[in-house]
Amino acid sequence: MAVLNEEQTMLRDAAKSWVQEKSPVTAFRKMRDSGVELGYDANAWNEMAEMGWAGVIIPEEYGGSDFGYLSMGLILEETGRTLTASPLLTSALASASALVLGGSDAQKSEWLPKIAGGEVVGALAIDEGAHHAPAKVALKAEKAGAGYKLSGSKSFVLEGMAAGLLIVSARTSGKPGDTDGITLFLVAGDAKGVSRKRLHLADSRGAANITFDGVEVGADAVLGEVDKGHALLEKTLDRARAGLCAEMLGSAVQAFEVTLDYLKVRVQFGQVIGSFQALQHRAAKMFTDLELARSAVEAALQAIDADTPDVPELVSLAKAKMGDVFHLVSNEMVQMHGGIGMTDAHDAGFYMKRARAAEAAFGNQGYHRDRYARIQGY
Amino acid sequence: MADFGGSDLDAFRTEARDWIEANFPKSLKGKGSMMMREERSEPTPDMDAWRKAMGEKGWGVPTWPAQYGGGGLTPAEGRIIQQELGRVGAYNPIGGMGVMMFGPTLLEYGTEAQKQQHIPAIVKGELQWCQGFSEPGAGSDLASLQTRAEDKGDHYIVNGQKIWTSGAQWAQWCFCLVRTDTTKKHEGISFVLFPMDVPGVEVRPIPLIAGNSPFCETFLTDVRVEKDQVVGPVNGGWTVAKRLLQHERSGLSGAGGGGGFGGRSLVKLAKDYVGADEAGRLADTDLRTRVIMNEIDGRAFQLTAMRAMAESKSNSGPSAATSIMKNAGTRWMQDRAELTIELMGHQGLGWEGDDFTPEELGAVRSWLGGKATTIYGGSQEVQNNIISKRILGLPDPK
Repeated sequence: MAVLNEEQTMLRDAAKSWVQEKSPVTAFRKMRDSGVELGYDANAWNEMAEMGWAGVIIPEEYGGSDFGYLSMGLILEETGRTLTASPLLTSALASASALVLGGSDAQKSEWLPKIAGGEVVGALAIDEGAHHAPAKVALKAEKAGAGYKLSGSKSFVLEGMAAGLLIVSARTSGKPGDTDGITLFLVAGDAKGVSRKRLHLADSRGAANITFDGVEVGADAVLGEVDKGHALLEKTLDRARAGLCAEMLGSAVQAFEVTLDYLKVRVQFGQVIGSFQALQHRAAKMFTDLELARSAVEAALQAIDADTPDVPELVSLAKAKMGDVFHLVSNEMVQMHGGIGMTDAHDAGFYMKRARAAEAAFGNQGYHRDRYARIQGY
Repeated sequence: MADFGGSDLDAFRTEARDWIEANFPKSLKGKGSMMMREERSEPTPDMDAWRKAMGEKGWGVPTWPAQYGGGGLTPAEGRIIQQELGRVGAYNPIGGMGVMMFGPTLLEYGTEAQKQQHIPAIVKGELQWCQGFSEPGAGSDLASLQTRAEDKGDHYIVNGQKIWTSGAQWAQWCFCLVRTDTTKKHEGISFVLFPMDVPGVEVRPIPLIAGNSPFCETFLTDVRVEKDQVVGPVNGGWTVAKRLLQHERSGLSGAGGGGGFGGRSLVKLAKDYVGADEAGRLADTDLRTRVIMNEIDGRAFQLTAMRAMAESKSNSGPSAATSIMKNAGTRWMQDRAELTIELMGHQGLGWEGDDFTPEELGAVRSWLGGKATTIYGGSQEVQNNIISKRILGLPDPK
């Protein structure tokens, strides 16, 4: 665990006790069973926003606390422990980051206070296929009068059902795959021509496919510069990835601890199975890998706070490592629980499903290993 | 930690910089890591002078107490010395087992007379210590050791055989585990010291797969050990030994030193030997993936070492991360050594001769020699047992 200041320690402790009291895994199970369209519990999200969590990375002048990314990571780690579904990552971290990094004063004034208060949920509408590929943008934005007209579709938009603000990557020149010619737009969720279809994924979160059918926006909807949106998008994505890594770390640590507890109580062959060296050494390996992953995740969040130039490589390092470790731990959770781990009544399946969805989000391990190497020049 | 304010540390930095400037022979610049790798070579006059200067100053062991010749400095000042040495390409000439393992243990468990007798020579780098722990029948299960010490009133007579005694052929003194009670296992072990030139000590170097002989077999026949050379209580040596092994592990994980075998980066080597495509990517995509994974593991390991250091500095107690360092560090270095010879192809299998570069010959030796790192200092499996039991609280089998 990184060395924390007093503020961060208080925030972490508050998150820990809220999650334990108000949002245990049973709350996630209830949400899943209810089939709620948003993919999260709106009341719980209101409580989180009331505690100020939606404003942690937002400057004070826009209604936030400006505590930074490591602080946000601490909350996400705690909510990740119990698989708490909420727009914290997509809205309060990712969408807020895009606005803080690239927004005009008017855009920030319009949207950030609402995001900080939890009144509006922001979402990134960026990918257009099954694999994360931020430059593969075909959705077109054509000049229309003083503004633009957006046509195309976006897939697997996280919190896409809840989004009142969509941050859309669109092509204003060039062809899919080019990094030049991408422009980011702020589109209200209720804009004419926006339609969404809920996606039912294994992790039961609120994802959607969103179609933009000639959606008209003003020139003031452009976030950052026309044709130069890719760099801003990557900066935003790196923050989202680091935040997701913190959430994955929490989930993986919890999955490991639950498994470890089980190894200490399950009796077979007349002794607890945790006394078997075959299982002990696998547990030791998981512990080792979790410690390594924690270092990478915390270093990425700290680099973002310090605004150092190695943010992209540290983020890819963290996402690659954390993805591998969560993958391993979630598989071992099911395997070491045996038959009970295969039942829907047990939580192990939730962790394994969430692991794969989180691995795929914002680039899987293969994506980030390749990116890490490219940044390093090989 | 009693840290100084910034200005005091700045003043100390200036003092350290000036002293190093005045005493470090320029001819030795950048020679540190090279010397570490060479098994044993005659020191040059400059090397001797530098060792003497650092030894007299006590800065080779900056945080050891000044009353025994150590630097008597704070950890913050110690780090400044390290930084200032690094800044001018100077190395710390005071090292070896005495510094890394035995000295810190003796400072904790030794009597005043023992500390007065042994610590100053370690501080000055004047004599070498070797470790008489393992035996042919006591490897990972170290506490099953059989070397017997018989009580003869004012002294002991020791008989037995030690193995993997690192540097025994060069050492002047040995710290050794002996059995003083045969009726108990852990509680029958004592930690004793004796000079290597007493009658009855015979040393035979063991040729290893890498072609060198850093370890020895040591035969002890009626060796006399004085009673004032027992460290800690009689039959209480296991506690002392465990402490010493902790020092050994933190030194071996690479967390204490530079880690790895230096030289060119894996990526640079891969580009030279395997080539890159027009986009600059390693041409062999399978190898590229494995190089990436090793680079990522190495970086995560280094970040963990930094995190563990930050945590221990912040007074929040010892970091859980330290327990994983040996396995994580050695696993990464062994993978790296395997990748190195693989990407060199047959050139990476050269044993000797001028058909191979020194780098290629070094890669083979490092690959082979490095296999020991997951065996000694508590094997990988013993480390996993320690994590399972002490950190994770998993029980012993019935």
